Amino acid sequence: MTMQTLSLAPWLVATPLIGAALLLLVGRRSDRWGHWLGVLASTATFVIGLVILLDMLGADAEQRVGVHTAANWIDVGPLTVDLGFQVDPLSMTFVMLITFVGSLIHLYSVAYMSHDRDRRRFFAYLNLFVAAMLLLVLADSYLLLFVGWEGVGLASFLLIGFWDHHLPNAVAGKKAFIMNRVGDMGLIAAMMLMLATFGGVDFGTVLGTAGAADQGTTTAIGLLLLLAACGKSAQLPLQAWLGDAMAGPTPVSALIHAATMVTAGVYLLVRSGPLLEAAPDAQLVIAIVGALTLLFGAIVGCAKDDIKKALAASTMSQIGYMMLAAGLGPVGYAFAIFHLLTHGFFKAGLFLGAGSVMHAMDDDVNMRRFGGLARLLPVTAITMGLGWLAILGVPPFSGFYSKDKIIEAAFVGEGWRPWVFGIVALVGAGITAYYMSRLFFMTFMGRRRWATELAGGAGGGAEGDSTPVRHPHESPWLMTLPMIVLAVGSVGLGFALNAGDRFVHFLEPVTGHAEHHDPVLPIWLIITLTLTLVVVGAALAFVQYAVRSVPTTAPAAPAVVRAARVDLHQDDVNEAVVMLPGKVLTRSMVFADRTAVDAGWLGLAGGVGRLGTWLRGLQSGYVRQYAAMTLGGLGVIVLVIWLVSTMATS
Amino acid sequence: MIEFEAPVIDWAVLMPVLVVLAAGVVGVLIEAFVPDRGRRPTQIVLTLAALVASLVSVVLLWGRVATEGYAFVVNGTFLLTPFTLGIQAVVAVLAILGVLVIADRTRTGEDAFAPTAAAVPGTTYEDAAREAGLQQTEVYPLVLFATGGMLLFPATDNLIVLFIALEVLSLPLYVLCATARRRRLLSQEAAFKYFLLGSFASAIMLFGIALVYGFAGTVSLEGALYVLTHPQSQVLELMPALVIAGVLLITVGLLFKIGAAPFHTWVPDVYQGAPTPITGFMAACVKAAAIGALVRVVFTLAAGLDEPLRRDLEVGLWAVAILTMLVGTVAAVVQTDIKRMLAYSSIAHGGFLAVAFVGFSETGAQAVLFYVLAYGLATLGAFAIVTLVREQDADGVVLGEATHLSQWAGLARRSPWLAAAFALFLLSMAGIPLTAGFIAKFGVFSAAVVAGAWPLAVLGVLASAVAVFFYVRLIVLMLLTRPAEDAQETEHPAGDGVAADGTGGPEAKEEAPAGEGATRTLAAARSTLSRASVVVVASRGPATVAIVLCAVGVVLLGVVPQVALDWAAQAATFRPLQP
Repeated sequence: MTMQTLSLAPWLVATPLIGAALLLLVGRRSDRWGHWLGVLASTATFVIGLVILLDMLGADAEQRVGVHTAANWIDVGPLTVDLGFQVDPLSMTFVMLITFVGSLIHLYSVAYMSHDRDRRRFFAYLNLFVAAMLLLVLADSYLLLFVGWEGVGLASFLLIGFWDHHLPNAVAGKKAFIMNRVGDMGLIAAMMLMLATFGGVDFGTVLGTAGAADQGTTTAIGLLLLLAACGKSAQLPLQAWLGDAMAGPTPVSALIHAATMVTAGVYLLVRSGPLLEAAPDAQLVIAIVGALTLLFGAIVGCAKDDIKKALAASTMSQIGYMMLAAGLGPVGYAFAIFHLLTHGFFKAGLFLGAGSVMHAMDDDVNMRRFGGLARLLPVTAITMGLGWLAILGVPPFSGFYSKDKIIEAAFVGEGWRPWVFGIVALVGAGITAYYMSRLFFMTFMGRRRWATELAGGAGGGAEGDSTPVRHPHESPWLMTLPMIVLAVGSVGLGFALNAGDRFVHFLEPVTGHAEHHDPVLPIWLIITLTLTLVVVGAALAFVQYAVRSVPTTAPAAPAVVRAARVDLHQDDVNEAVVMLPGKVLTRSMVFADRTAVDAGWLGLAGGVGRLGTWLRGLQSGYVRQYAAMTLGGLGVIVLVIWLVSTMATS
Repeated sequence: MIEFEAPVIDWAVLMPVLVVLAAGVVGVLIEAFVPDRGRRPTQIVLTLAALVASLVSVVLLWGRVATEGYAFVVNGTFLLTPFTLGIQAVVAVLAILGVLVIADRTRTGEDAFAPTAAAVPGTTYEDAAREAGLQQTEVYPLVLFATGGMLLFPATDNLIVLFIALEVLSLPLYVLCATARRRRLLSQEAAFKYFLLGSFASAIMLFGIALVYGFAGTVSLEGALYVLTHPQSQVLELMPALVIAGVLLITVGLLFKIGAAPFHTWVPDVYQGAPTPITGFMAACVKAAAIGALVRVVFTLAAGLDEPLRRDLEVGLWAVAILTMLVGTVAAVVQTDIKRMLAYSSIAHGGFLAVAFVGFSETGAQAVLFYVLAYGLATLGAFAIVTLVREQDADGVVLGEATHLSQWAGLARRSPWLAAAFALFLLSMAGIPLTAGFIAKFGVFSAAVVAGAWPLAVLGVLASAVAVFFYVRLIVLMLLTRPAEDAQETEHPAGDGVAADGTGGPEAKEEAPAGEGATRTLAAARSTLSRASVVVVASRGPATVAIVLCAVGVVLLGVVPQVALDWAAQAATFRPLQP
């Protein structure tokens, strides 16, 4: 039985796009109801996606892959690109994640942004984002995917800099956009190579014939795709933008910079699986990048006091896991997507929880000023706690099933690889437990490091400004409801999808069936080691941040921690390696432009002017002179003809 | 006793020309018999009707000529080919638009022509004529005669008829140039210069015809071709100098009409002095007709030349093309008078047209056809707008056209639509994509590249780049510059004192021959004019219609050029004639 609802696919993209267009075009007149329109568009998209998914589940496994061609998009000479939509288990997984989490976050934003004058514009951008992201995952060619790719980049830029009246926010938006552009160049170059090698950029052509191509070419394409993925998914060396992207409103951080957009890189790599199969070297590099980022993010996460930046570092680290899995080949694809899905739920929940905390604490993000909030914000604390357990990988929460599978897969293989990747993944899990527990305990447990009223009156002594006054209160139901739903997902999704390897089999039409290989260590040992490390990490954090008192300013610390606080000097590195040479280059170009190019053109213009003035002088107004010029000119032409013809004959 | 044999004349073939010339004759009768009041409307209706009828007959003849390849009367004295019909259609369309501009009296109620052109400027007779509200409706028959000449110009195989057509189109234009309502001395000076130089060029052409007769023994182009290509003919071996001289001199005579350098000297002065509607008419239609005749003559004769002579002719055309593009663009850069600037721009376009000639190919002919249409629309529209931008004295009386560039500053604030249309025409002349000019230039340059003349194409592109400067400068002036205050305008652009008055530097010198007294009068008049403010007068309708049609044409030819290109390609298929 084939899928009947395939032709609905374009509406998945069109619905939120129409929502965004309406909100932007109708303008201020829709201020009062615009946000509900945004929610409606997003929810409607979810419903459409659900209909298609149910239809797909009813079909046989081999009938679950379909392409709906809406129109011919580009037809120039040898290049033909259709406006085609790829509907298969992989894209539908993403569709469900994006629309479901997206709709919840839309709902959450209604309350979160209720005091913002530009709420309607915010929802327009959110809808635009959803549309672009859906186009990205539904495209049936790299070129159409690139449209969505750029679309999410644009939406991300607009939303990070949403409060652009504050300069650092605008700068953060710009930083994200520019670093993404570096990755985008990778995708563009990869498409050029594909066009040259395979003669097309649609998945069918490229992935179908990838095996026959020269390995050097596929490796180059694979590395370029990795560059693109690094940009969008904030992997080394293009990771620096993600932390700053937290300048955007918290729902944006939850939707774009945790649950969906940053996973686009993983999607790209998993989608390109058959191509990467033909490029083992590129796969190795992908795994290495994933492993490095995993550690990088985890280390940075340990030292951050800003609740959102700590979560951002955690995102980076978790996506590192997914990249690592994607680099392991077919063994890892399904687990990468599995982890992506569960991560989408619990990370969105954690971010929304963080937003709820900030909402309660007057938009403060410094965890050293939190503490003891569990009793005041019970719903937030419980939902975040469930998300925390999920990310730790404590059984039977979602993260356990997905992360544990990745660690197991990392231990599979021969030679040095399983040991290095496996141990990195294992250690990463321990560090994750530490910094996530740190975040949770600093926020909800321990002593209150804030006051409900100004201590000691107006002249409150030396530390009069050090203890801020807060009146924490639980968030409205519009905000807590999405958090609760996501928390439920954090708890049960992993178990539900893992039962009988259901999800892995679901993805098999796309990722291919992977033979089961035994890890180099027995599985029970891996699980035990993981859980031990997790417990140790969490216990350490408990002692440090729940039992002992937390200083309200960051204490002096060894060099590693200081480096981690400034993101392991990522900005300094970027400035020294890229920005400085770039500046020198542009300065010298400007100099060359002024002295050589401009001067040349100005000289030419001056010459034209002088020649014109001379010609003007010839135009004397005397007919006799005009007639003489006519005759003389004829003479000159005859002379030229004579000269050329003698030259030609001699 | 020779029995007289009446020639069999296929009147239908003659229709495009005949209807126009006949209407001209009727127009003269109208001048004599129709009462004063009804004369002008009658003339306008008659003129437009005749031109439309001519266009219709061209369209009706199209099918027949396109299938047979040609149609002729009396041994090719009158000869229609698809290309001729194409040129005739372009001329007719442009002439209709031109007449619309000529007929517009604007809200001032005065057209661009002197009440009585015969009156000596500055006399009481002239004042009396103006006060009596006289008008010179002879303009319309004159336009019809000129158009008839233009339609005949590319439509003959006979060099004598070609010469007659040249005179038929030129003589009315000489007269029309002298009829400006304002700046009458400048106008008469322009007409006189045009007449003298035109006669000179006619003489050159006639000499060329004589030389062709000398080697061919016939004045028929096909006859000459036959003589040149006949296997037993030794003309090319025995007298190559005579052949090339004859061809070259005819070419020069025709290039003069196009305004190609170094035969361009009359263009700036005449375009500036002539009444502006006539300038537009002249710039658009004469160029189309003359280029049509040139294609006819040069392409036919070139087919009969052997390799060295063909190369000689090509070298001559290369020289003319290069020089024309150079002179036109470079001199236009330094102009301060809008009509002179457009005149030099028109010269430069002549150069671009000449680029298409090398190779003597069908591609070139197709490019030429499209180019004259695109260029004609933009030029007509531009000059039509110039007629509407006027000076106004302190009492609110509308004076002549505000032709100094500085007076156009900030025009977009006064009338945005007019400025937008003008900008469109300028962009088209500059060859910016999505306007007709771009497609036209592309066609011309690619024809040159196909013919292997890529240096010409490169030079053409460079010249276009320089040309963009003065077109865009004017657009910037209209759109972005604040209009100068009246007080400042009296002592505006400092520097050379001469250039500070209403027109540019060279014209001051040009007026020297016009007589001491007249110069002084003019100078005084100028100083009052330059104190005047600038006003855009509303059209009474026809000119607006013409401007809108031109703008629509420019955009359509730029955006969806395929129809016109196909038509031009069809018209430019040459087939050997068997007369």
